Amino acid sequence: MDDIICESRAVGETVAIIETSNLTYTYPGGKEPSLKDVSLTIEKGEFVILTGPSGCGKTTLCRCFNGLIPHFYSGKLEGDIKVAGHNVSEHSIYELAKNVGLVFQNPENQLFALSVEKDVAFGLENLGLPRGDMRKRVDWALQMTSIQDLRERAPHELSGGQQQRVAIACVLAMQPEVMVLDEPTSFLDPLGAQKIFEVIDDLNKKLGLTVILVEHRLDLASRYANHVIVMDEGKVVLDGKPLNVFTSERARLIGVGIPKATRLYQVLQETGVHLSGVPVNSREASLLLQEVLARDRG
Amino acid sequence: MIAVRDVYFTYPSNVEALKGVSLTFRSGDFVAIMGQNGAGKTTLVKHFNGLLKPTKGAVIVDGIDTREESIAKLSRKVGFVFQNPDNQLFCETVEDEVAFALRNFGFEKKAIQKRVEWAINLLGLTRYRQSSPFMLSGGERKRVALASVLAWDPDVVILDEPTIGQDYEQKEKLRQFIVQLNAQGKTVIIVTHDVEFVAECNPRVVLMAQGKIVGEGVGKQILTNRKLVAEASIVPPQISQIFMGLTGFGLPTDVIDVYEARDILLDFLERSS
Repeated sequence: MDDIICESRAVGETVAIIETSNLTYTYPGGKEPSLKDVSLTIEKGEFVILTGPSGCGKTTLCRCFNGLIPHFYSGKLEGDIKVAGHNVSEHSIYELAKNVGLVFQNPENQLFALSVEKDVAFGLENLGLPRGDMRKRVDWALQMTSIQDLRERAPHELSGGQQQRVAIACVLAMQPEVMVLDEPTSFLDPLGAQKIFEVIDDLNKKLGLTVILVEHRLDLASRYANHVIVMDEGKVVLDGKPLNVFTSERARLIGVGIPKATRLYQVLQETGVHLSGVPVNSREASLLLQEVLARDRG
Repeated sequence: MIAVRDVYFTYPSNVEALKGVSLTFRSGDFVAIMGQNGAGKTTLVKHFNGLLKPTKGAVIVDGIDTREESIAKLSRKVGFVFQNPDNQLFCETVEDEVAFALRNFGFEKKAIQKRVEWAINLLGLTRYRQSSPFMLSGGERKRVALASVLAWDPDVVILDEPTIGQDYEQKEKLRQFIVQLNAQGKTVIIVTHDVEFVAECNPRVVLMAQGKIVGEGVGKQILTNRKLVAEASIVPPQISQIFMGLTGFGLPTDVIDVYEARDILLDFLERSS
């Protein structure tokens, strides 16, 4: 059986917000392309996890979503990419910034103002928002990320985790349609990470914000996603629902960090214990196991 | 190997980051220091190679008070891999980066070549040896930083958040490799939030919160102690969460490993059928 999953979706029910076809990109001076023939569709309102081995092209793909490629990084871009109906090559980063917000992997690359408040307001100033609206949005973004008390602090004096929250607040304040987060919680403690994921999940559900999350820590993140894309060596190798992707043999072979709940399901299956479904988080696993344990005991 | 005696540390900005920490690391220990952001974990480990000196109390490394020794000398014994590789890397090629400290420590040319080769291989960086570290991905840069410290073969290796940006396969390699280092008698200290990684490595765990140590012991006991874990802003490993959701079957709750979990479940099913 071919292990590659590329699920087709019903036509007409949903709106594509990002579409790439045969996207191939080589960095200036690069010997081979960092993206090879990437064709994918992300629909409005989806919560997407983008994962794969380090160096597989995840960050490069994210840079295409907001036009950093090809406008900031030159290099050679082939194929098509459309974001919110705009052809990325034909629109400036400034225009695309209203549609797509990118939270960088390393928050230090993103923060530069002398106070948290000023950093969060910076993008809004550039959009030319009236002062009152700007205040409201800054307050809201600080509140959503629980950093109101850091308002007056200098970003460069904060801990890695605090900086990551500030970076998210900066992008949140812009209220983009698509938020791309490149390992946004890597410096955060697990509770802090969970809180950030919950914030993102909330924005996804309440505001219909499309979320693209680059993440290795699938144990923590997988429960929020409804679409998982796995890359390997510049290509998209798996693209579908979390359940199907996590249980695919290929995901295990290329070293995707399958959630422990799913892994437990697999090792039980190997020894002849079958659960009635495939869990991707601990709650689901507990419920499925309860069934089996109670049945046997009864 | 390292004795931390009632250490207090206050940053120039008056933030008191450590409030009376006492801890002992024996030669060959494998310890994970965990806890919430801002708990003082990085501040603590920066004392081990003299980057920071205690405001009060003392840190003794191999019999030497860190206040009386240079960072350069201490570094030869205690290698430190930073959380953010960009704070550590600056050479033009990966190879130069890894060789840099070796040259500073005055190793011979041949030895340098050999060690660079060894470290680059070990971390799967062979194809990048002539690349600029800044052309690499975040996860790859992290490995370059690790290679450059391991190259000089310090007795104690401190890894500040080693799993950040690493994919599952790299983490598995890192784990095997830490276990191997440890088996060779090296003291390995990791600072991490990655509970699943700790669950797989099974080191001694030190939990910190607000500049103090709040728990210390075997990973399995510490990480499944709900009260302690919450205090240190950590989420229990997924396997332990699953078992916490299986109350009423008389199963243990201090399980963090997938295979142990399988065996316990199989055993239960066998007994009840």
